[in-house]
Amino acid sequence: MNIAIVKYNAGNIYSVDYALKRLGVEAIITSDKETLMKADKVIFPGVGEAETTMNFLREQKLDLLIKELKQPVLGICLGMQLMCRHSEEGDADCLGIFDINVKKFQPMRHEDKVPHMGWNTLTDTRSDLFKGFDKEEFVYFVHSFYVPLNEFTAATTDYILPYSSALHKDNFYATQFHPEKSGKVGERILRNFIEL
Amino acid sequence: MLAKRIIPCLDIKDGQTVKGTNFVNLRQAGDPVELGRTYSEQGADELVYLDITASHEGRKTFTDLVKRVAANISIPFTVGGGIHELKDVDRLLSAGADKVSINSSAIKNPSLIDEIAKHFGSQVCVVAIDAKQTPQGWKCYLNGGRVETDKYLFEWAKEANERGAGEILFTSMDHDGVKTGYANKALATLSDSLSIPVIASGGAGAMEHFRDTFIEGKADAALAASVFHFGEIKIPELKLYLCEQGINVRR
Repeated sequence: MNIAIVKYNAGNIYSVDYALKRLGVEAIITSDKETLMKADKVIFPGVGEAETTMNFLREQKLDLLIKELKQPVLGICLGMQLMCRHSEEGDADCLGIFDINVKKFQPMRHEDKVPHMGWNTLTDTRSDLFKGFDKEEFVYFVHSFYVPLNEFTAATTDYILPYSSALHKDNFYATQFHPEKSGKVGERILRNFIEL
Repeated sequence: MLAKRIIPCLDIKDGQTVKGTNFVNLRQAGDPVELGRTYSEQGADELVYLDITASHEGRKTFTDLVKRVAANISIPFTVGGGIHELKDVDRLLSAGADKVSINSSAIKNPSLIDEIAKHFGSQVCVVAIDAKQTPQGWKCYLNGGRVETDKYLFEWAKEANERGAGEILFTSMDHDGVKTGYANKALATLSDSLSIPVIASGGAGAMEHFRDTFIEGKADAALAASVFHFGEIKIPELKLYLCEQGINVRR
């Protein structure tokens, strides 16, 4: 099994690598197009700001490459948001793999703090990423922007409003939460992805 | 629904865990990575590692420890101690920490908060405040409580929030180590006046204290050290108790 992690100017690449190592998987961290195209699975992580990151991906021509990948791809956090059409963060045009726009959380009550930070539950899970889930599980989130519910929603989380905590379309999978920081549940999601 | 968080805090000196009572008389409490992993398996939601070593050599040891924690533990962790400039933040985040906690350096140089938020995002920046009740109100202290400042808790927390802090970690020095509960009135005032999460710290001695700080103190998370390190409170039992009390926790 040959797993590649897209290397770019994002924050949590090494956390994902560590998480895979704990599962006994040695990943390649690379921005080399050839290596990415040949990998069995590709992980597209991300912590950062949408516009800056998209500009970087365009300069490196990684934007076109990611869209055209045929093997299973997993976007994480900002990675998931960048796979959508557009983000309100920096008014950024994104990759457009999922035809939906990313919005900023608008607090409704004082308790609605932004960023949404901490452990929250996944409901209505509908993707092989969540194989073996028999109850609502908690996973770890840190984000200020969200993807509304849409035809690609693969898991729902309720914070201020119900939104997409995971997406799935063809070979593209994405999670708003951080499986690499979500303890045992996160490990199961990463393992499910590896075993796709 | 977003869960209330339980956060064990590990004070690190020369690569080992220690915990002081009222910030003095340090006692040994185990290997930091092993202890962190045990807490993670027991259901801790996050961990905080505070470097209380002052020396340059100790700092390097701590960075190595951060790498080991990141490699071995699958929940988020915050590191603090000895962070004076962006370079320190970069070093610790690169080593694998999820957040950094700044305290004295933020009081001395408040724009450090803006810089961290701008470069790494607000979610990375925890501002820790040690405060004590005085006749003039809650006053902030520096250097582990040894030096009084001219800053007041509520004003300073609000300023930190506005500058881009992602969370406030408030330790009541009057309550720390005394085990009679958290400073819930002050915590509730903080929680009501800020738009970011508040972590309660200082005073945990019994399971009820956690319930009270989540309800009366309106805290988003509760941090404790010695009650966990010495096994006086076990995290699975604490979570079961909080759940029975109607508090949403991750189980």
